Amino acid sequence: MISYVIRRLLVAVPTIMLLVIAAFFMMHFAPGGPFTSERPLPPEVLANIEARYGLDQPLWKQLWDYFTNIFLHFDFGPSFRYKDRDVNDIIAQGFPISLTYGSLAFLAASIVGIALGIAAAIRHNTWLDYFAVSLGIAAQALPNFIMGPILILTFTLWLGLLPGGGWNGGQWEYLIMPVIALSTSYMGNIARITRSSMLEVMNSNFIRTARAKGLPERTIIWRHAMKPTLLPVVSYLGPVFVYVLTGSVFVDIYFSTGGLGQSYVSSALTRDYAVLLGITILYGALTVVVNLLTDLAYAWFDPKIRY
Amino acid sequence: MKHHAKLTLSTFLCSTLLAGTALAQDTHPATGEPLAEDQTFTYRVGDEHSSVDPQVVEDTIGAEIVRDLFEGLMNQDAQGKLIPGVATDYDVSDDTKTYTFHLRDNAKWSNGDPVTAGDFVFAWRRAASPELASPYQWYVKLMSLENASEIVAGEMPPEELGVTAIDDHTLEVRLSQPLSYFPQMTTHSTTFPAPQKVVEEFGEEWTKPENIVSNGAYVLTEHLPNERSVRERNEMYWDNDNTIIDKTVALVINDENVALTRFMAGELDRTEVPAGQFPRLKKEHPEEAISFPRLCNYYYTFNQSDTGPEAFKDVRVRQALSLAVDRKIITQNIKAGGEPEAYTFTPEAVAGFTPPQTEMSEMSQTERDAKAKELLAEAGYGPDNPLTFDMIYNTDESHEKIAVVLSQMWKQKLGVVPNLANMEWKVFLETRGNQDFDLARGAWCGDYNEASTFLDLLDSESGYNDGKYSNPRVDELLVEAKSASDTTPIYTEIEQILAEETPVIPIYHYAGVYMMDSDVGNWPVENVEQNWYSKDLYKIAE
Amino acid sequence: MFGTSKKAEALAADITDFKAVRGRSLWNDAMRRFLRNKAAMASVLVLGLIVLFVLFGPLFAVWSNEEIDWVVMGDVLALGAPSLESGHFFGADDLGRDLYSRTIQATRTSLLVGLIGAGMALIVGTAWGVIAGYFGGKLDSVMMRFVDILLAIPLTLILILILVIAGRSFVTLFVALGAVSWLTMSRIVRGQTLTLKTREFIEAARAGGVSETAIIFRHVLPNLIGVVIVYASLLVPEMILAESFISFLGLGISEPNTSLGRLIAEGAGTMAYGTLWQLAFPLFFYVTIIITMFFIGDGLRDALDPKDH
Repeated sequence: MISYVIRRLLVAVPTIMLLVIAAFFMMHFAPGGPFTSERPLPPEVLANIEARYGLDQPLWKQLWDYFTNIFLHFDFGPSFRYKDRDVNDIIAQGFPISLTYGSLAFLAASIVGIALGIAAAIRHNTWLDYFAVSLGIAAQALPNFIMGPILILTFTLWLGLLPGGGWNGGQWEYLIMPVIALSTSYMGNIARITRSSMLEVMNSNFIRTARAKGLPERTIIWRHAMKPTLLPVVSYLGPVFVYVLTGSVFVDIYFSTGGLGQSYVSSALTRDYAVLLGITILYGALTVVVNLLTDLAYAWFDPKIRY
Repeated sequence: MKHHAKLTLSTFLCSTLLAGTALAQDTHPATGEPLAEDQTFTYRVGDEHSSVDPQVVEDTIGAEIVRDLFEGLMNQDAQGKLIPGVATDYDVSDDTKTYTFHLRDNAKWSNGDPVTAGDFVFAWRRAASPELASPYQWYVKLMSLENASEIVAGEMPPEELGVTAIDDHTLEVRLSQPLSYFPQMTTHSTTFPAPQKVVEEFGEEWTKPENIVSNGAYVLTEHLPNERSVRERNEMYWDNDNTIIDKTVALVINDENVALTRFMAGELDRTEVPAGQFPRLKKEHPEEAISFPRLCNYYYTFNQSDTGPEAFKDVRVRQALSLAVDRKIITQNIKAGGEPEAYTFTPEAVAGFTPPQTEMSEMSQTERDAKAKELLAEAGYGPDNPLTFDMIYNTDESHEKIAVVLSQMWKQKLGVVPNLANMEWKVFLETRGNQDFDLARGAWCGDYNEASTFLDLLDSESGYNDGKYSNPRVDELLVEAKSASDTTPIYTEIEQILAEETPVIPIYHYAGVYMMDSDVGNWPVENVEQNWYSKDLYKIAE
Repeated sequence: MFGTSKKAEALAADITDFKAVRGRSLWNDAMRRFLRNKAAMASVLVLGLIVLFVLFGPLFAVWSNEEIDWVVMGDVLALGAPSLESGHFFGADDLGRDLYSRTIQATRTSLLVGLIGAGMALIVGTAWGVIAGYFGGKLDSVMMRFVDILLAIPLTLILILILVIAGRSFVTLFVALGAVSWLTMSRIVRGQTLTLKTREFIEAARAGGVSETAIIFRHVLPNLIGVVIVYASLLVPEMILAESFISFLGLGISEPNTSLGRLIAEGAGTMAYGTLWQLAFPLFFYVTIIITMFFIGDGLRDALDPKDH
């Protein structure tokens, strides 16, 4: 098991390096460079800037230097756009923010979604079931970016209850709207998956056997049905976890949270190479780790799987 | 020739007389308005600033912060006129090639050190040095400092730059060519001083709130990227006693509609009005919706280079397209923020510019449309041979609306078939810069309050001339204007030529359209460059 | 956005159990089960109505989707509300363009995006997965490593880069969506192919001297159809959601064309200014399409997976 984990992590390093190389060439292939601006720079000024950042070097040399700096100095390079900060700064500032509201949104989506799904399944074909199903579907079918303006209009302008944006060190009143906006659609999906999985499990032979043995319903549900019910949910949660952290660009845009989602999109649009590559590495590593954790969790839920 | 900035003495007297009372009581020393307890000014910015390093900053949002944190030789007043900053006055040689600035002796950095001429020398050399590689090296060249071009090109060391500290309070500037407007250029952030000790101690980290030392009315106290930056009163500032605003907060809010919602919820003192919303807001909040002219134009440029379409080499086609644009619809129905319609490239608000009386400006829109049809038919385009072309613009809701409306005007009135191509910013710049287009959107904001900042774009040698328009007479007049004493007739003549040849279609000139909380006092609406200083503002008690 | 991969793989595994032995009657059974599924059938009906509306709605339109109503343009709030008189049945957008025509055109775009995006995933993903799974060995590990790397790149980045590099057009949009959607499909198909390869009837065919191509086309592909269809139907709403996200970033298709995601993003922006119809109509069609696609996908899955019944 431990050797399995180590093997997976070792394979991840070249994978992520390949990923960086791919992203690097894609960025350089895109029209316009980091210093293309409305006011074209005089050639000698451009030459100075490119010399400073090493962009006058051949591409393979730039890549080599990039990796050397990471492995030797843990330096992910400068930002061409935000000259007061380098990539290490940007990630150190933005990632804790994305991580905070992302994990909270993840927790909210999982807890509410699973609870809703189980409640719906236990009370199958009652008003609670219909309510949960319609809520789940509605939450999932709405494009999540419209939650931003709707929440701000409601809670900030009309009700005057919550601040309309900002981070402020992650105080709770600044967290509520981002967490709701981000978690809604996942919550819907988790509820749907949980419900159908639970229904399937409750109809399965071993539960029928347990019922026939006269075990109380409560014991059946909590002791026997829970693990198999959550199996498909867990495999869905892994990608969601990566996604709530990477896909938070609309939260950052609407709620001015200062997370990495927006830095990521804007670094691609402004050709801020090092920032883009740095965040790509982070997300790549995150994907690898979360996938590994998902597989381990899978093994715990399903004893048939062994590594 | 001895120039004394006229306001020096009176400003000084004012400040000493009122200094004691300004803080003691809660009314404004000059207007007598009651002052609010909380003197915090909060405004929205649409994007994160590039830097707060005066020599490095390259965006308007950053420059606004830098103007509060640092103070240069000269400042601007509410009308955009020059007033003393760190320099109290200056002498200029008869050939206008040598300027001597006299620095006040009470200017201090926020760590208590005196601001000396050496700080300016350090900063200006730094701005020119290839080592720092500031994108604003072009500005140092524009200032025409002696040896600037050679230093930027790496052929001379920065120490050769034409700026010397005669003593701690005297700065001598030598120029490579006569420039009568040089003092105006010292209100720009690139020329602000930098604290040598701090820059050398912390290197690139010196602009972090925990390290930064500045000489303006404010110091940077907090910076949360993409969220907010906060600047607070600098107790060491020489004119601190007359500063009323204690704290200025810039909140980054990307979406302008969300920003407006948050303004309505009382979280902001200032925000931009989204296109089209001004009339409604003016009706509902007459005190707070404000609009004033700005030094920016908005136009579409024809590609007249070899790669451009044949049709646009025909002046009748260009004129027809320009005539058929109903500018009133764009300024009143789309922008609706009090923007003036544009018939000249240079905005009317520019100082010393008189727009020419052209045929077009006197026609009604119906007449223009008729003329446009006529011209296009003459040029050989009609229902059986429709004119088609691509028009490019960059991704933005407002640009898109204007492009759609223009294309519909041309389609419905003239039967031409424009294809819209929406491009992401960098791709757009690359495409336009490589003359890979037929018709392209353009906009320009003046670097200074003079027509040449706009008209230079149409110089055939200019790097910004994306349409590659070329007219020897225009080039000649532009050279003439550099040394002429009265430039007004020259600029009028250039605009006359532009009206006849139509290398660009001017659409509208910008207005600053804001929601400004009515308790904000003294916003400089008359400063067309919008160089504002927090120290000049105040908050009125409600 | 594309988070259902594991779930889809799991369901694919369920389906395979009966695949290799299915005959004509199994298809008939599946069809019967699907027809009995009320939610799925209602969804097919509603989706059919929307398709009919998209096809025949333009016949009733008074305005085209790009024409500007200059009268309405100046004061959309007062004059642009939905009305039968003005011919703007769904009201007007911010520029005075007819929202009825624009919604129809946008719905068409979004449906096409869903179908073609899923279709591209189906073709590329199936081809990739079958080749990797069937031929195995080095080829398999190279091909699947490639998929793994692409899966680790955040999709936002791929979408942005493709749209930035190739410019905006329908084709680019489809290519971009196809490029991110085939990955999971290829993994599912590969897994299925690996299982199928060991089945007796394939072994028999091979022993009988049938060529590899013939085996793939005659024996492997037909047995994959069920899994592929179910997964593709789940992909349709995901593609539509993905397109709306691209539109939100301002990278969607170029004017005068539009999509539901774009109209919703625009409508959400002006929501505070009283022109609610600009959000309501596009949102209605969007949500309806997504929900019906969910039910149809679920219905197909239930129909093809007999375990529940």
